[in-house]
Amino acid sequence: MTDNKNIDRRTFLKRLGAGAAVSSLALAGCDSAKKSASGNSSESLITGGEMTYRTNPKTGEKVSIHGYGCMRWPTVKSNQSERGGEVIDQEAVNDLVDTALKHGVNYFDTSPAYCEGFSEHATGIALSRHPRDSYYIATKLSNFAPSTWSREASIEMYNNSLKELQTPYIDYMLLHAVGMGEDGMEAYENRYIKNGILDFLLKEREAGRIKNLGFSYHGDVKVFDYLLSKHDEYKWDFVQIQLNYLDWKHAKEVNSSNTPAEYLYGELEKRGIPAVIMEPLLGGRLANVPDHVVERLKQREPERSVASWAFRYAGTHLGVLTVLSGMTYKEHLEDNLLSFCPLKPLTEDEMQFLYETADLMMQYPTVPCNNCKYCMPCPYGIDIPANLLHYNKCINEGNVVASTQSENYKEARRAFLIGYDRSVPKLRQASHCIGCRQCVSHCPQEIDIPAELHKIDRYVDKLKQGKV
Amino acid sequence: MLKKLRQSLAAVSIIMVTLLFLDFTGTVHAWFGWMAKIQFLPALLALNLGVIVALVALTLLLGRVYCSVICPLGIMQDGFAWFGKKAKKNRYSYSPAKNILRYVMLVIMAIAIIAGIGSVVALLAPYSAYGRIVQSILAPVWAFFNNLLASWAEKEGSYSFYTIDIWLKSGITLGVAILTLVALGILAWRNGRTYCNTVCPVGTVLGLLSRFSLFRPVIDTSKCNGCGLCARNCKSACIDSKSHKIDYSRCVTCMDCLSKCNKGAISYAFSPKANMKAGNEAIAADTDSKNVDNGRRQFLTAGVAIATAAAATAQEKVVDGGLAVIEDKKIPHRKTRIVPPGAQSIRNLTTHCTACQLCVSVCPNGVLRPSSDVLTLMQPESSYERGYCRPECTKCSNVCPTGAILPISVADKSSIQIGHAVWVKENCVPVTDGVECGNCARHCPAGAILMVPSVAGDDSSPKIPVVNTERCIGCGACENLCPSRPFSAIYVEGHERHRVI
Repeated sequence: MTDNKNIDRRTFLKRLGAGAAVSSLALAGCDSAKKSASGNSSESLITGGEMTYRTNPKTGEKVSIHGYGCMRWPTVKSNQSERGGEVIDQEAVNDLVDTALKHGVNYFDTSPAYCEGFSEHATGIALSRHPRDSYYIATKLSNFAPSTWSREASIEMYNNSLKELQTPYIDYMLLHAVGMGEDGMEAYENRYIKNGILDFLLKEREAGRIKNLGFSYHGDVKVFDYLLSKHDEYKWDFVQIQLNYLDWKHAKEVNSSNTPAEYLYGELEKRGIPAVIMEPLLGGRLANVPDHVVERLKQREPERSVASWAFRYAGTHLGVLTVLSGMTYKEHLEDNLLSFCPLKPLTEDEMQFLYETADLMMQYPTVPCNNCKYCMPCPYGIDIPANLLHYNKCINEGNVVASTQSENYKEARRAFLIGYDRSVPKLRQASHCIGCRQCVSHCPQEIDIPAELHKIDRYVDKLKQGKV
Repeated sequence: MLKKLRQSLAAVSIIMVTLLFLDFTGTVHAWFGWMAKIQFLPALLALNLGVIVALVALTLLLGRVYCSVICPLGIMQDGFAWFGKKAKKNRYSYSPAKNILRYVMLVIMAIAIIAGIGSVVALLAPYSAYGRIVQSILAPVWAFFNNLLASWAEKEGSYSFYTIDIWLKSGITLGVAILTLVALGILAWRNGRTYCNTVCPVGTVLGLLSRFSLFRPVIDTSKCNGCGLCARNCKSACIDSKSHKIDYSRCVTCMDCLSKCNKGAISYAFSPKANMKAGNEAIAADTDSKNVDNGRRQFLTAGVAIATAAAATAQEKVVDGGLAVIEDKKIPHRKTRIVPPGAQSIRNLTTHCTACQLCVSVCPNGVLRPSSDVLTLMQPESSYERGYCRPECTKCSNVCPTGAILPISVADKSSIQIGHAVWVKENCVPVTDGVECGNCARHCPAGAILMVPSVAGDDSSPKIPVVNTERCIGCGACENLCPSRPFSAIYVEGHERHRVI
């Protein structure tokens, strides 16, 4: 799972009060590094400096500290698609990839599961327009569904990745999201051991068709510990974990089955395994923060985005090979490049400041949804992430009120209810969640989705009746 | 001067009434809700004696000013007539009163009211005809512009406007409204107030009174040179300039003739006895019962004819990518139709409702829509495939001018049983899909639904809903939120008479 910034960034930027916020911020950032006032837009934006690179200890290859997450490629409306009118906007993808490569990004992380299965194809097209040695491809064996557990189906998935990505080899291959499922250990056994797929991948690594083998981890920490205990046998070249200043210490408070990133990263560091970081921005939740947190961060770095703090935080850890960010918009890419070209590591004092910020943010009861859409489609038609994100947005904006006596009750009620109908079509709202729980095992953040949806529904109903 | 006054009052009045039908936020109702309640027929059906006495007194004092400044359908026709006169000056002429037609219509109306034939009352009631035109034709346009503003507001991050659903509530009602508008438009364009002085039962009743009104336009024969200009500008065709007589039963006191007369021979004056005889003569003079206006008859029958042809297809938003397709709900077959709380009984609603669509236009939950049944044509009924009758809403009961839906409070509503839920085993997802559900029980505001094991005594078997009909109020939350599509696994049967539980 790679990802982080999403559309919410846009909302956030808008709230900061300028359509042009991105470019002006970007320019301002450049200016501080190097006085380069040029009218030529994206060219001039990122001339502040060179991309920071980290060295893969095994291969010695230089990997850009900023990795591109290919889970949120831009889409356009299309009437010839069977996907409800949305297809990946290949031209925009090409443009994003070109810009990223040009500014030193050389790590692209995808999966057969992303973008409803179309990410590898689009990424392959965009990358194949460049020399194969100018970038590293990471993809995963995403055999979540029981129908893909068989050896044949899994190998077919692997071969298909090579085909879609138009490459004879994979630079970074991952076992995808181990630890997930109702029983993390059992799911791992079914997906990679009983069918001999892990052995197959190890052989592929020997044969040189996989340069680096690792795994991405979510959920049950037992599986994480188990796989690391087998490090001597498997020789993991890298491991992908969720790390950000909120999860460093608070992961357990967000969800009791989560593991603090402090522990995960520590275990990797101990063994000298490079860490690839996912969710540095928590699906945009560390960009779209409550107003007083914006104020707090902006006071220190008025010219830099809120998101830049999260990226610098992830990159500051020296055992990190690359920090993934799933960028849909050019503006996100440009802002990120400013954070990584070059990476300005956080000082001890700044780290402490972020941990204090995290403590403040924990007081906000947002739902830890990163909008990865793994839970979708809901068989009963509910747009799960849209419901949760609207609720989070209202919490952050102070539009979830405790009682009718609250000072801003009328405005908050209106904003919540009207915004709800705008963000989620009525038939896809939480009131239609029947609690079948089919989504629960798919959530990498282990959110009790039906419980959260029912909570939101009860709140909406009380708001409508004017009882909250 | 008097004409200007009449025009100004009429303009204000029609704007207010129109806004009542367009405004879905409830703001206008708080201020001008009374505009609907002073309409003659609604007041009569609601037995609102104060209003009736006032209207009778008004007519006895000043003539049929009601028709000129209160009745929205009358004012609308004046609008068409104004354009008609722009197109061709002095286009009217005197014609004798068609009294047989008028009284036949009045008798039909009286019988329909007494017998509770709602569809006939609905077709003949003038205010309701106007309401239907606004609700069916104008309101969707209004909503469309509102939605444009809402999408703009959304872009601006403002919550000042919100999007509302536009859907075809009833093809028949729309058809009737269009026919009414076209027929009245043509009639008024060509002949002014023909409808008001032939078909309209309210016009006929007020005409009976206005013959005796104290103030009225009178012709000063000493000044009149018989040029006939007044008659050619009288949209009621009630001035017989040759014999200097005015048929006061048809005069709607529009004051047009006053300013038209070059000689200043016509004045609006206190003249209790003047022309009493003339009026009577005019009435007696005409018994041309054959002269029934075909256009009108067509309009009345065509309204029913279209009933069979109309296909109601609702507009729904198309689904996005990556989401399961959601099938539209279909209306289940209900033995007894559902009418909103406050209606007291189906009978009370049918006998009082004039199908003005005010309740339909204010319903924020997509529940009320005009009936397609021949006997209750265009009268409101409830269905829950788009939303349900929410506990906090009492809008329809508060706007109804006729007493068809009587005012209730939110507290009253929670204990009024308008129907009861019925479970349909074949559709219920715990049974068909083997998943947990209970969405009906979770949303029942009355706590009338319990989830019990489908196999008695076996707690591990899928839980199915059972309805405690004594507690069920028939709001339709269960039916609307049931995941089974297109037919819900739980639906509401209406009750003929509502009970308080």
